Amino acid sequence: MSAVDVTGIESVRVAPPISWSLTWATARRVLAQLRHDPRTIAMMLAVPSVLMILLRYVLDNPLALNRLAPVYIGVFPFVTMFIVAAITTQRERARGTLERLMAMPLGWLDLLAGYAIAFGLLACVQVTLVLVISLTWLGVSVPGSAVPMAVVAVLDAILGMSIGLFASAFARTEFQAVQFMPAFVLPQALLCGLVVARDHMTPVLRWLSDVLPLSYAVDAMQRISTSGSWGRATGADLAVILAFTVAALVGGALTLRRRTR
Amino acid sequence: MWVNRHVSTTASADGTVARARGLVVRRSGHLILDDLTFAIARGQVTGLLGPSGCGKTTLMRTLVGVQDVTAGEVTILDLPAGHPRLRNRIGYSTQAAAVYPDLTLTENLRYFGTVLGLKRDRLAAAIGKTVGELDLNGLEGRTVGTFSGGQLARVGLAVALLGTPDLLVLDEPTVGLDPVLRHDLWQMFHRLAAAGTTLLISSHVMDEAARCDYLLFMREGRFLAEAAPDQILRQTGASDLEAAFLRLATGPRSARETVK
Repeated sequence: MSAVDVTGIESVRVAPPISWSLTWATARRVLAQLRHDPRTIAMMLAVPSVLMILLRYVLDNPLALNRLAPVYIGVFPFVTMFIVAAITTQRERARGTLERLMAMPLGWLDLLAGYAIAFGLLACVQVTLVLVISLTWLGVSVPGSAVPMAVVAVLDAILGMSIGLFASAFARTEFQAVQFMPAFVLPQALLCGLVVARDHMTPVLRWLSDVLPLSYAVDAMQRISTSGSWGRATGADLAVILAFTVAALVGGALTLRRRTR
Repeated sequence: MWVNRHVSTTASADGTVARARGLVVRRSGHLILDDLTFAIARGQVTGLLGPSGCGKTTLMRTLVGVQDVTAGEVTILDLPAGHPRLRNRIGYSTQAAAVYPDLTLTENLRYFGTVLGLKRDRLAAAIGKTVGELDLNGLEGRTVGTFSGGQLARVGLAVALLGTPDLLVLDEPTVGLDPVLRHDLWQMFHRLAAAGTTLLISSHVMDEAARCDYLLFMREGRFLAEAAPDQILRQTGASDLEAAFLRLATGPRSARETVK
């Protein structure tokens, strides 16, 4: 549908920024790619659970496990989704499929939302598996419902995915994309309160920890695991996580330029 | 403009599908396209011939709208290159197949077809048609990563053909293909042109130049010649197009004036 204004010049209809059919087609395409690679799926789903089992027997202390398990459940999906998203997007650039899509009627929102749906679904399965194993076999206990914890863990996964998408723009090779994992993720893991409580850090480190998104992911998981329900402080953490996710996606979208210099 | 927009949706009144005026592209300080002016006629196979590195790919990317232009203007079907409404009317295939090696042929075609706006019956029909046209029958359920080089090249072409575009921009589509297949593809290109599709095909092999209706001879970002093959032969007095290219590229300055 196009409109003709009084000057007789045809005005171009502004396309809606997102098309659900293209978003869904992209999500299905990403899931189909994963389905053809069952080993990757198996590892993505099994590795967090295996590490959690390992953690249980290494600690061999129910109190310590109860304190650390929620943090790990929040960090694992963040890390795996970061890597998978960074490498998938880097491949898309290197193989020329991104350029092909950018020459076609696909919007950047369709692409990013498609990725988010596909990886989000995968994160749901991953988080459910590790939560079920932790709460039954490993004897981790959560006051109240485990659902808030699952929701936060999936949001952490989507945060990891968005940062991975953004980071991939700076990787020219798959090797670099893999190196971004320690470069982007390990500093956050050191500063998020996993190793040393954030309150015990020197001011500079504490400040650094305050501006890194994983700190809020871990805070939210810890709060929820002790209260078992949503609270105002958790809501603030989630707002920060969502803000970082949106910022990373916008940053990623800016790198998905249709034209190159 | 006096051009009637409804008529001009396939080509300008003069039958031009793409035109450029004073096109300059610079990439990180290097002059890649040096002040090009040309027109591509509807329903013809236009060959873009020149040594590798002369700017063929950059010129094609400019027409498709994925390359920043430093100066000049490029219009396709009366719209500026890169206009959103052109995105499902130009078919583009790059030297790399640019498909997903971890998906099957059908999964690849279904995804790209959906992105081009094809749905259900039309999508299935378009997939069936291009698979047949490119002789990929029987490979539908196989993962594209297991294809031979020649098969892979045809998958890239299949994606470009999928949306029955008005303009096909094909970057070295026959490179590395066996002679029989190459012959078949050229026959298909002419069939498409006869049906009204405009094709711009790049190559660095001169024996393909003779198969084109019109030629753009390119070297170091400029055109050496811009004419039909027999006209280039006549004006250069060369026995074949390879010799004509050499004469134009190395001859005295006066002979280097663009053949038009």
